[in-house]
Amino acid sequence: MSEVNNQRRAFLKTSLGAAAVAIAPGMLLFDMAHGSTEPVSGKVRWGMLIDTNQCKPGCDECVTACNTENGLSGGKLPTDSQWIRKIEIKDISTGRQSSLPMMCQHCEHPPCVDVCPTAASFKRADGIVLVDKHRCIGCRYCMMACPYKARSFVHEPLHDQNPDVPRGKGTVESCTLCVHRIDEGLQPACATSCPNKAILFGDLNDPNSPIAQKLRTVASTQVRADLKLNTGIRYQGL
Amino acid sequence: MRLIALLLLCLCATVVWAGQTTPFKLDIGQGGKCVKDPEWMRKNHMQLLKHQRDEAVRKGARDDKVSLKTCVECHASTKDNSVIARDDSFCVACHRYEAVKLDCFECHSGVRKSYWLKRNAK
Repeated sequence: MSEVNNQRRAFLKTSLGAAAVAIAPGMLLFDMAHGSTEPVSGKVRWGMLIDTNQCKPGCDECVTACNTENGLSGGKLPTDSQWIRKIEIKDISTGRQSSLPMMCQHCEHPPCVDVCPTAASFKRADGIVLVDKHRCIGCRYCMMACPYKARSFVHEPLHDQNPDVPRGKGTVESCTLCVHRIDEGLQPACATSCPNKAILFGDLNDPNSPIAQKLRTVASTQVRADLKLNTGIRYQGL
Repeated sequence: MRLIALLLLCLCATVVWAGQTTPFKLDIGQGGKCVKDPEWMRKNHMQLLKHQRDEAVRKGARDDKVSLKTCVECHASTKDNSVIARDDSFCVACHRYEAVKLDCFECHSGVRKSYWLKRNAK
């Protein structure tokens, strides 16, 4: 009888050990997937390369994806928030038309940060330009300073925001490069939603990243490069 | 004499408040083990949240243990998945009793994220 009990004990001990080994790596992965407790690294600079040859006129999948991800109404009134918009441009002398998405260009030297009186507008170490809404007083200087018209002001009280994207009346907001997704290791919503893969997202500082490799081989331009803001968003085929 | 009685009554109220019970109806949601003990949290939770918000927003250091989202995840009511929906909701009941204005949820969602995702996936 006692022999049987001993066997039973030994079996239980081994299976418990095996279970612990099996669960431990899973728990580690779960912790890793939920964003780091360490501050973001200044060695990274997030950016995008937008291929205007692949961007189709009339298509607004990126705009819709942005609205859904960040809980924007998608309305077209002057008082509605818009973080990304589609633009159709035409060269008058040749008649060549192109289509492109325009949003916060995540400048290295952002004018919105320069003018902000409360330091609410700031650039994170990894190059993402954000508004700290805890500090924003809604003065809208940054909206006037931005050469890309990228920012919006929230005029009305909001309800039922995305738990990952807090937004509120009386503050200025703009494209965050989907910072909540980046911190989880995902790509911005517009980049993943583009049906023609026109938006390439990645680390501009990593020479081995697909975006840095492509930037080395194709001609790309910054919008209003004359302002020397060194934007993180670049366009190909303009 | 009446003054002394009133003073005693006040002291009693403080003792009750310092203990585990609250002098008002409060829905603590799932509850469970908090990052600090409840007495400490009652007095200092705002310091923890303020520190965490600056670390997360400005430096990108997102510590899930002390994020507002995790607070809501545990303390949202099991009935309506919210910390602000009713008079006895976790945040509202206490803030109303103490007459302290609650600003967080003008921007932040007071709803449990898992529930929000499920509802918005439909």
